[in-house]
Amino acid sequence: MSDHKSPASIGFDTLALHAGQAPDPATGARATPIYQSASFVFPDSDFAAGLFNIERAGHVYSRLSNPTNAVLEERIAALDGGVGAIATASGQAAMHLAVATICSAGDHIVSSRSLYGGTHNLLEYTLPRFGIETTFVDPRDPAAFAAAIQPETRLVFGEILGNPGLEVLNVPSVAEVAHRRGLPLLVDATFATPYLCQPIRLGADLVMHSATKFLSGHGVVIGGLLVDGGAFDWESGPFPTINDPYVGFHDLVFGEEFGPAAFITRARKEGIRDFGACMAPMTAFQILQGLETLPLRMARHVSNALRVAEFLASHPLVESVSHPGLPDHPDHALARELLPKGAGAVFGFTVAGGREAGRALIESLDLFSHLANVGDAKSLVIHPASTTHHRMDAEALRAAGIGEGLIRLSIGLEDADDLVSDLSRALKRAGGRRSR
Amino acid sequence: MDGKAAFAGTGSVAHAPGRRAAVFVHGAGMDHSVWVMPARHFARTGLNVLALDLPGHGRSQGPGLDSIAAMADWVVRTMDAAHLEAAAVVGHSMGSLIAYALAARHSDRCRALALLGASAPMPVTDALLDAAYDNHHAAIDMANAWSHSPRAKLGACPNPGMWMLGGGERLLEAAAPDVFHADLAACNGFDPEADAGPIRCPALVVVGEADQMTPAQAGIRVSERLQDARLERLAGCGHAMLSEQPNAVLDALTAIVR
Repeated sequence: MSDHKSPASIGFDTLALHAGQAPDPATGARATPIYQSASFVFPDSDFAAGLFNIERAGHVYSRLSNPTNAVLEERIAALDGGVGAIATASGQAAMHLAVATICSAGDHIVSSRSLYGGTHNLLEYTLPRFGIETTFVDPRDPAAFAAAIQPETRLVFGEILGNPGLEVLNVPSVAEVAHRRGLPLLVDATFATPYLCQPIRLGADLVMHSATKFLSGHGVVIGGLLVDGGAFDWESGPFPTINDPYVGFHDLVFGEEFGPAAFITRARKEGIRDFGACMAPMTAFQILQGLETLPLRMARHVSNALRVAEFLASHPLVESVSHPGLPDHPDHALARELLPKGAGAVFGFTVAGGREAGRALIESLDLFSHLANVGDAKSLVIHPASTTHHRMDAEALRAAGIGEGLIRLSIGLEDADDLVSDLSRALKRAGGRRSR
Repeated sequence: MDGKAAFAGTGSVAHAPGRRAAVFVHGAGMDHSVWVMPARHFARTGLNVLALDLPGHGRSQGPGLDSIAAMADWVVRTMDAAHLEAAAVVGHSMGSLIAYALAARHSDRCRALALLGASAPMPVTDALLDAAYDNHHAAIDMANAWSHSPRAKLGACPNPGMWMLGGGERLLEAAAPDVFHADLAACNGFDPEADAGPIRCPALVVVGEADQMTPAQAGIRVSERLQDARLERLAGCGHAMLSEQPNAVLDALTAIVR
């Protein structure tokens, strides 16, 4: 085989700034305008009919699509290596849109058991009311995913970095398991963002993000994104929403007509249309402002996080630190392979003294904000067992690797020295209370 | 078709007797899905539509065919199978050569001709041919990059939320091994003088002014060789005009296809 050279492709940092947007043709505006309009005028009746029949490109109504949202959607699709994306009202809405586009009553999901609490709620408690059951498995064991697949299974799901245990999902192996059984793999890549990991390039079929977190980075919006990789062979399995005529759209067969865009088109033409969990244009604009600096911010997030993790790992009052960037983490080697730029900026540690010491430490921190979020530019702290994961019983907490004394940090963009100093002071105070 | 399964989209509307027909032919390594918007438009507005998957492409069984003439003859046989007498034949890129050859070889089956991203001849660089011969991903990267205008490489797709480079890459990746090379070789070997039958039907030639694959001047020369051709220039548009400027393409097609 001869040497073959691909043309140079546009770099990630350039795409983060430019993908999806041209200067506004009407005004020349360089920034993405906020198209704060519920609906859009049709030039004539035939054009209107064409828009409704998917024979014209354009916008009808901002629940279905919006020009500002479209820039964000295209940009994340470009950064993730997909064919298209949909912006949703929240990360939860993106997760629901993915599930609802594929699954119906009687269907089954195989999921990692190390999940964001909201996703766990959806899969464990809410979706069963609609006839969709989930089996939870060890995210470190691709064979467990295979063993849990049933004839009714339609989707395999995991988080690239488990919450809060930071298990690294072996995307190539789990994708192989899923594909061998004709199933798509959906990955929640919120903690990584496409800067650290692009699951589609590792074999995943669909990716979702809570854009509330690192993608926006400023902690002022709630939003989600669902990206279609466009490579999954929907014909390989029983996916009636893609392969069968849809009476809700004049017997349109999405798999036949839209090729690589079958899933994302169905998601827009049904899921966003009918469930309606769309993103506000102002939110899309704010997320775009964050995306422009994603490469710069993520580099700082992960370097700060590793510095803080190494400090905590060497501290006598800290029992353990769970960060895949540390050599003693069980997934350290996998993290180096799948997330070579860094294993994220969210991690947990356990302070000696259990729940009481943990509470004292959190209340002694000055720079870290005690709240239920991650991925802000500012550093954050929370106690998962009493907050984000409080609905899980003791057994479920253990299975998800959440100890009573576990404290989760989301490392921000402050000077790393200041973060270390803040933690050092707080540990001293927590240790003092413990000794009394 | 010829004992093998062949697929054609109909724009989601069943054919009915007595209607005018339109046949859409895709480019190298592509499939019928590139035509989804015009196919749905002309089906809704009363035409019998065939958006074909050529042999070995999309949902049609292989192997692929090795010459433009063979592909044109195959298209005519699909029209026979679908009971279509004469049709407006619309082709993009390699499909434009197939449409051109069909009009020359089977003039009674082509009531109107629309050539998008056309060049006749259609020389293909050795670098692309060689990479495609080896089924190397560089062939897909070259074709995808050269098919999009500089503007489209950064997106701003008229179809909300769609990343054009990603869609083009996935379509080419979905082609069976060797099919893309066979298509490119067929384009490279096409001799517009070989099928010298005069093309008298009304024709439309659509050129993208930022087309790197089939430069606008090549399309203009094609239009000048046709007896009754209208030329449509798409400002700033690359070779992937169906995704870059779908509304402008449909506007251009409307008069000639109906």
